[in-house]
Amino acid sequence: MNAYLNKTFIIFDRELRGYFRTPLASIFLLVFLALSSGMTFFLGRFFERDQADLTAFFAWHPWLFLILMPAIGMRLWAEERRSGTIELLMTLPVTNSQLVIGKFFASWVFTLIALLLSTPIWITVNYLGNPDNSVIFISYLTSWLMAGAFLALTSCLSTLTKNQVIAFIISSISGFILIMAGFSLVLSTVRSWAPIWITETIGSMSFLSHFSRVQMGVFDLSTLIFFVSMIILCLWINIQLVQIKKAD
Amino acid sequence: MSIKLIEAKNLKKSFGDFVAVDNINLTVERGEVVGFLGPNGAGKSTTMKMLTGFLEPDGGEIFIEGIDLKTKPLEAKKSIGYLPEGAPSYSDMEVSEFLSFVGKMRGLNNNELLNTRLSDMAEQINLKEVWHKPIETLSKGFKRRVGIAQALIHDPDILILDEPTDGLDPNQKYEMRDLIKKISTNKAIVISTHILEEVEAVCSRTVIIANGQLLANETPDNLGKQFNKKNMFSLKVANKLNNTQIKDIKSSLDYKKVTVKNLNITDTLILIEDEKENINLNKIMTQLKKYKLDINEANFIKPSLDDIFRKITQ
Repeated sequence: MNAYLNKTFIIFDRELRGYFRTPLASIFLLVFLALSSGMTFFLGRFFERDQADLTAFFAWHPWLFLILMPAIGMRLWAEERRSGTIELLMTLPVTNSQLVIGKFFASWVFTLIALLLSTPIWITVNYLGNPDNSVIFISYLTSWLMAGAFLALTSCLSTLTKNQVIAFIISSISGFILIMAGFSLVLSTVRSWAPIWITETIGSMSFLSHFSRVQMGVFDLSTLIFFVSMIILCLWINIQLVQIKKAD
Repeated sequence: MSIKLIEAKNLKKSFGDFVAVDNINLTVERGEVVGFLGPNGAGKSTTMKMLTGFLEPDGGEIFIEGIDLKTKPLEAKKSIGYLPEGAPSYSDMEVSEFLSFVGKMRGLNNNELLNTRLSDMAEQINLKEVWHKPIETLSKGFKRRVGIAQALIHDPDILILDEPTDGLDPNQKYEMRDLIKKISTNKAIVISTHILEEVEAVCSRTVIIANGQLLANETPDNLGKQFNKKNMFSLKVANKLNNTQIKDIKSSLDYKKVTVKNLNITDTLILIEDEKENINLNKIMTQLKKYKLDINEANFIKPSLDDIFRKITQ
């Protein structure tokens, strides 16, 4: 177990440092902070709401992540395949799961850094009023888990192509479908022809409905389990895909 | 302890309908440098990818130091160093960072050991001047050296190098061959190439692969002997011959092909070729006596590895 974690950590470490080796990391962090606060203040009408909470901040996260997570995750496997380094990686004494998990965690921890950098807004609402800090904490946690689900999906899909742009596009489209699954427009279309369990399954797959439930202050374990199992499922598929697609 | 470091039996690999490797058997012992020779797309790289565990063979088995690569891949991979075709590396990393990443992945967890190996590599492979430069800024020659260093970092018993000199200039090629020779004494090395002189320069054994099949498995010398039949003879004479003389000589020498060519104002080349080894020197000399030729050079032509290669693979 120790040796397993050790190799996974070396992969993780290389990958995470990789983000900071190019200007990509700082650009990404800036874009994330600018967009998330811009949306909070202008689109979310943070001040006009006159409430000391971060609903206006978190409400935009699914939409932000829809674009930003594929941008972080698109290179994970597409770039290894394009440059041929996948051959180097996979002839090292290391298992596919160590590679997939190490890489995924690097991108996930990178988004954690982004989220942590946004905490001044949390301090601000505490200065302005008396928010329910437990709700905010859980919102942060869920937001990070949702980011993880987007990233796992992107990582998985990035094995399908050698082109980062294509990886970005297919991940965004898939992410969009998962967000939209909870909209009544989509659900009513499905309901008209499909049995009720299919409609419910599709509805329950929605990132948005899970995330907005937390936002309303309702924390249920199912949301947490949903995002975690989403991550595990995507990574499991990721491991299989790496094996299948490595030599293409 | 078995000295067979690599043992591959009945390797097979297809991609769809295309048979890339068809029943290849190969053993490599310590101290050997085996050169994989073959036209592009012959199955060299595919074979190497299977030997390193990157591709799973459709059939057959591979033993690395006696360990089954299929059932114990992690253990078997430990003793292999591999330079993939094109020497891929993480171009945004510095040379030192990249090598220490590979070193750690290869199990050099002890810092002291890792640092010793890193400085060995810097020294042995001449990487000192680029040690802290990002790999993407390096010349092709240096990138290739980084690739070799990466394969050697854990001092493996087995080294598999896919076209290690491809794209290098003549000096760099020379250096690379020198390096391979230097490290070959206590390792089993497999290199692939389509440059024949390279095989003659560094390899103790030549394996010719074409259409996925192993067509020859010999020392370069033996391979030469096998094809070095005395059926081509050349004579260089310091005389200028006129057209009638040329015609005359051609008709009097009864061999499959006789070429007479004026090289310059004074010299002429007479080239005699036959299908079998039945060129009779005495007979030729007697026949040519009447022309009173001043013979400067006379020898059987040894086919180059190039010729042999073409004969085998066509």
